[in-house]
Amino acid sequence: MSKERRYILLSLLPALALLLVFTFYPFLQGVVMAFQNYVLFDLTNVKFIGFQNFETAFRDAKFLSALENSAYWVFFSLVLQFLVGLSLALTLRKNFRGRGVYQGFVFYSWALSGFLIGLIWKWMFNSQIGVINDLLMRTGLIDTRIGFLSDPKWAMTSVIIANVWYGIAFFAIMLLAALQSVPADLYEAAEMDGAGGLRKFFSVTFPYILPTVIATTLLRAIWIFNDPSIIYGLTNGGPAGTTHILSSLMLEKIIYGGDYGMAAAIGVIMIIILMLYTVFYLFSTRSEKAGDF
Amino acid sequence: MKLRLLTGLKSLYLAAYFLIMVFPLYWIVITSLKPKKEIFSLPIQYWPEKLTLENYANIFKVSKFHVYIGNSLLISVIAALIVICIATLSGYVMARFQFRGHKQIMMAFFMTQMLPGFISLAPLYLLMSDMNLINNRLSLVLTYTVMLIPFSTIMLRGFFQRIPSSLEEAAMIDGCSRLTALIRVIIPVMLPGIASTFIFAFVQNWNELFMAVMFIDDESLKTLPVAMNSFVMKFDVDWGSMSAGTVLSVIPTVVLFAFAQRYIVEGLTQGAEKG
Repeated sequence: MSKERRYILLSLLPALALLLVFTFYPFLQGVVMAFQNYVLFDLTNVKFIGFQNFETAFRDAKFLSALENSAYWVFFSLVLQFLVGLSLALTLRKNFRGRGVYQGFVFYSWALSGFLIGLIWKWMFNSQIGVINDLLMRTGLIDTRIGFLSDPKWAMTSVIIANVWYGIAFFAIMLLAALQSVPADLYEAAEMDGAGGLRKFFSVTFPYILPTVIATTLLRAIWIFNDPSIIYGLTNGGPAGTTHILSSLMLEKIIYGGDYGMAAAIGVIMIIILMLYTVFYLFSTRSEKAGDF
Repeated sequence: MKLRLLTGLKSLYLAAYFLIMVFPLYWIVITSLKPKKEIFSLPIQYWPEKLTLENYANIFKVSKFHVYIGNSLLISVIAALIVICIATLSGYVMARFQFRGHKQIMMAFFMTQMLPGFISLAPLYLLMSDMNLINNRLSLVLTYTVMLIPFSTIMLRGFFQRIPSSLEEAAMIDGCSRLTALIRVIIPVMLPGIASTFIFAFVQNWNELFMAVMFIDDESLKTLPVAMNSFVMKFDVDWGSMSAGTVLSVIPTVVLFAFAQRYIVEGLTQGAEKG
């Protein structure tokens, strides 16, 4: 073995070995569990049961509602985070005095855990003494307090609001970085062609940042889909399971139910959804982009 | 005139967003400083009549809050340090060399960021209990380290790619081995990148809840998020104590992030662009 090859191998060894043992192996084991009756409180009775966990899941109203909620959760969180993030990035694009400080103040949500953000919003959404109800009452927008988290009509909207608040910073930061890399001469050329502000955005800016837009929306959709922490902190799936998404339901099955087999089955369903989504998303965005030429 | 209107609108937008982002943090801090009676009395006071530290005193009195802070610090720092060592080695190699399997390894790293991680939570729990690491802080050091290896590698790789390889080549002509060149020549230039990767890793570790809930329930080994999780059940209605605990959990990461934000953003966008 050449000296260089040995160096490469030795440098990668710790990372790959640890990932193999503590990420890929448990992951495969999780996939296997999906086809097993694997309940923590009944470990003597672990056995393969085929697709039974999946069948049970699709007959369970709680699972079906979590499936539906996941779609709302991802769609509305993603669209709102993206639109606000993009508009912010465009507003922050030109440098001004204090921009760095401003960014420090508004992008900090990134550093918080979803769980704690859930707790903070749980307090603000409180139906009796919550500040959001108070503000809405004072400004006369409502005249009876809203049970943001206890009313099933509102609960899902409330958790999405908290999630949007959490994720705007991600888009704003990524899109701002992309905007700042647009070469200035592209605009000069567009201006010589007599393009106005809006035209410049659609014919220069947007096409240039499109790869970033596609990558960030794809990644972000996956993370939003996978992350149960805000919901865990805010409602823990309540009231009566109405705010569960697939990942929070899976977590509940593990932490409170000890039903590892069922949790794993939900996980496998999530992976299938993610794969279909990724293929579909990349395919449709690429074909659309190709249509521009 | 039109330009001034536009600038005015922009400032208004930025101000509104500023309020929306800062208010929740303000509110949790203010709540934590209110006397208990005031927290639960209407009308709501937006600026408390009397500021008090009684909620903070209370959480240290009724729980081992200083122990939780210590555990969180210890685990987060050690795991982040180990991650930096491992990911510096792997990130450097991924940045500098092309070899068979390079693309697959990169793919595998990206995949770990997209799979629903909790599918491995139960198997990891079983693995930890086989290794006798349940209720042992090592279990968290180990899992946090592993969890952050892919992302830190991608991030550090981005930083390495910006440093010309002529730098270490010169040192190697002078007789350094590659590893010595990496440590003596490259790492000093990379310090901002390494520091921001460290901070990123630290923040992730500090915030992690679900692994910790699974692996730890011994009072003296709990991390801050686990403690906050049991607070939710214990003091469900005591928002004074809850707020104080939240503020203490949140402050370190907010401060760290404010410092390192610029570098972390650079690292992330670099990693994403070149990945």
